[in-house]
Amino acid sequence: MSSPLIPSSAAEAAAIVIEARAKKTPLAIVGGGSRSAIGRPMQTAADLSSRALSGLTLYEPAEMVIGARAGTPLADVENALAEKGQRLSFEPMDHRPLLGSSGEPTIGAVAAGNVSGPRRLQAGAARDSLIGVKFINGRGEDIKSGGRVMKNVTGLDLVKLSAGAWGTLGFLHEVVFKVLPKPETEATLMLSGLDDSRAVAALSVALGSPFEPTGAAHLPRWIDRVAKTLIRLEGFSDSLRYRAGALRALLAEFGAIDLLDEHTSASLWRQVRDATFLAKPRAQAVWRVSVAPARGPEVVAAIREGRDVRCFYDWGGGLIWVATDAADDAGATAIRKAIARSGSGHATLVRGTPELRASIDVFQPLTPPLAALHRRLKASFDPDGVLNPGKMHAEF
Amino acid sequence: MTAIAFPAPDAGILARRDAIVAGLAALLPAESLVESSDERRVFETDGLTAYRRQPLAVALPSTTEQAAAVMKYCHDNGVPVVARGAGTSLSGGAIPQEDAVVIGLGKMSRILSIDYANRVARVQAGVTNLAITGAVAADGFFYAPDPSSQLACTIGGNIGMNSGGAHCLKYGVTTNNVLGATVVLNDGTVVEIGGDHLDSEGYDLLGLMHGSEGQLGLITEATVRILRAAEGARPVLFGFDTSEEAGAATAAIIASGIIPVAIEFMDKPAIDICEAYAKAGYPLDVAALLIVEVEGSDEEMDAQLRKIVAIAKQHGVKVVKESQSAMEAALIWKGRKSAFGATGRIADYICMDGTIPTGQLPLVLRRMDEIVKRHGLRVANVFHAGDGNLHPLILYNCNDPVEQAKAEEAGNEILKLCVDVGGCLTGEHGVGIEKRDLMTHQFNKVDLDQQMRARAAFDPGWLLNPAKVFPLEGRVSG
Ligand SMILES: Cc1cc2nc3c(=O)[nH]c(=O)nc-3n(C[C@H](O)[C@H](O)[C@H](O)COP(=O)(O)OP(=O)(O)OC[C@H]3O[C@@H](n4cnc5c(N)ncnc54)[C@H](O)[C@@H]3O)c2cc1C
Repeated sequence: MSSPLIPSSAAEAAAIVIEARAKKTPLAIVGGGSRSAIGRPMQTAADLSSRALSGLTLYEPAEMVIGARAGTPLADVENALAEKGQRLSFEPMDHRPLLGSSGEPTIGAVAAGNVSGPRRLQAGAARDSLIGVKFINGRGEDIKSGGRVMKNVTGLDLVKLSAGAWGTLGFLHEVVFKVLPKPETEATLMLSGLDDSRAVAALSVALGSPFEPTGAAHLPRWIDRVAKTLIRLEGFSDSLRYRAGALRALLAEFGAIDLLDEHTSASLWRQVRDATFLAKPRAQAVWRVSVAPARGPEVVAAIREGRDVRCFYDWGGGLIWVATDAADDAGATAIRKAIARSGSGHATLVRGTPELRASIDVFQPLTPPLAALHRRLKASFDPDGVLNPGKMHAEF
Repeated sequence: MTAIAFPAPDAGILARRDAIVAGLAALLPAESLVESSDERRVFETDGLTAYRRQPLAVALPSTTEQAAAVMKYCHDNGVPVVARGAGTSLSGGAIPQEDAVVIGLGKMSRILSIDYANRVARVQAGVTNLAITGAVAADGFFYAPDPSSQLACTIGGNIGMNSGGAHCLKYGVTTNNVLGATVVLNDGTVVEIGGDHLDSEGYDLLGLMHGSEGQLGLITEATVRILRAAEGARPVLFGFDTSEEAGAATAAIIASGIIPVAIEFMDKPAIDICEAYAKAGYPLDVAALLIVEVEGSDEEMDAQLRKIVAIAKQHGVKVVKESQSAMEAALIWKGRKSAFGATGRIADYICMDGTIPTGQLPLVLRRMDEIVKRHGLRVANVFHAGDGNLHPLILYNCNDPVEQAKAEEAGNEILKLCVDVGGCLTGEHGVGIEKRDLMTHQFNKVDLDQQMRARAAFDPGWLLNPAKVFPLEGRVSG
């Protein structure tokens, strides 16, 4: 492979795509590289890097909106926000601990991968905060959608479509997010020793309460000897004290409750966000499974019928992180069968060797009519398959 | 002279009307097909009443299968289809055309299941927005997006327009609160998108459906999130001498780290109109009014309101009215919620819906006033201040064609102004026919062509609500 192509303007990026299309030399889009190992391995002629497209383009704290070129390090965005007491509410995961990757995560890749964290269940995913994008499509055209205002229904929402398309529809060069104030403080209520079903039942009570948890996770016994069920609260300290007390009363039947202070809470949720519990052994495959939260434990039980796995739950039970032995299909069939049996949901292989990622469906397979729609959509953005071809689905 | 053009109806389709009605009759029970001219009239317009067109026929399916059969029939016979919920669209999104079959969701209004453990409800697309909250309220839950039309409008229409409401500052708009949908595609194929889990698989087709104005498919069922209601909610009312002060107070409240559930703004004309109608006790000697609502326990609300009142005082607030009881709270909201109805009693109006960066508020209010005065008209402003979504109501007399044209011209200028200061044409009401011809002001040709190519992935023949959203010239099919 030749050295990466590093445009320093949208116009240069467009020229690169136009040339690649003419020469039929597909491009692999890279940001900081920390998430490059997600998705199917691709047959591409060169990397197209966002590295030189860096820097904030807009930050209006009073309007709660921030814009940046796609290659801007996520850390720069988060630091700028922190200075004004704000943050990205969807809590983007850092994939480096899990993937063992290096490089600096970029804001563009956060958008492209719809990368969210534990707060997704209350504050929405990256796609819910993303309000504007500019991208180069596979025809080399510079397209904008959305903008810098919070409410915008003008035309088709290509912003949502860009989020989670992993660069297969366009090379993002600028993104705009809405942001929220960072709460004064946080704390976590911790229940101990619950099995998966009881834990998810407790989380369900908390999430069905008026006390607004911003995190709801269950760490089974294998992680730290005793199972821990975590409920995070954020806000002004008076309000937090009140809500913690109210939740304690509500959850009394689930046993004793500890209150973790701000510091302990923050570091624990960072681990939940980054799935660090599954970082080792590296040889294991890691899946990210989304199902209806109350059905999480039954999905795990069904997977276990066929495979020995290590799991933990986020999103009140609805997000299941599953580490499996990488042999055969690394559990793809068993996991997807368990999801289908439970109703709706999907599984994405987040960590696996290139061989594994080439041999199984990394992203949830689509039903034939949905696959046909995806193919036509892909063609409408990238008719000749120049951008990240085959990264999500083999056929396009 | 009404300015907005419709495409000329297809004479071939009009000539085949009897055959098409017979074809539909074979697919639907008799009570589900509306074809007499009298009965069709009910469906000829929506909330944009200045425009109307009688459809060819109206199908009112009661199942997804019936809806799919009608979609397939229309597809196979090249007949345009206009999806319709309650017909409350303010942008003309649901106005039919003479050569189209309207598919109304009126008979699909059931709540299919409520699942508290997973905090979702499965509903048919014709259910009203408020009925969802009604079904779960006794258990302390609610469906968050709350358009003022919520008593009438349907979840299918809400998805079609990606509707918002006063409380979306905290809870988001429709797209943030829907997890799954059953969609009938143009050729009658039925697909499930998403489900009762978070984040749908593959491309975000669910996100794309939101705000697609019936152009990508017909939604027949949806899975929506339901949330546990806060322990209490309490509004406070502030009166200011200038809208600049009100705007600055809004920004300062947000900057302080408090996110109220709603911050609503009214200008002097809107205050006068609403007060005359609702007797809500609004101060009449101020130029701008804010209603700020907070939620939580009594102590939490007290604490938040203390901070908010202190901020308002730093910004020269002249009148502060805190609600001491549920009745007073309801009264404060009554004025705001009756804004459209009250305005409708004194004049005809068109309701604009641009969004602006909130920092541009004082400038835009000033320029808007100039624009409307130049056209010899009046404007009243009520809007969601927290997110910059404006709703100028331009008052005119609909029996005076010259005045109507002026009102539309003034409206167009206002929307262009919104775009020029960094905002957009529509925050929640959709493009419909109303803003269709302004799309080129916000988007250039490649932007629009890309949207149209994505649209064509669903409907290459332009049969789904074809008169809307995209300028009639220069359409792209793939
Ligand atoms: C007094 C008043 C107050 C309002 N207040 C608000 C407000 O606060 N916030 C706000 O956002 N809007 C508001 N609106 C606008 C309007 O109520 C919303 O746009 C609403 O979502 C429309 O719902 P509906 O069921 O009436 O849909 P319709 O008007 O029937 O249709 C709206 C659009 O959606 C499409 N559509 C409808 N059903 C389906 C379906 N099942 N599948 C696919 N497409 C479909 C239609 O083709 C059309 O393009 C208000 C309107 C009025 C009259």
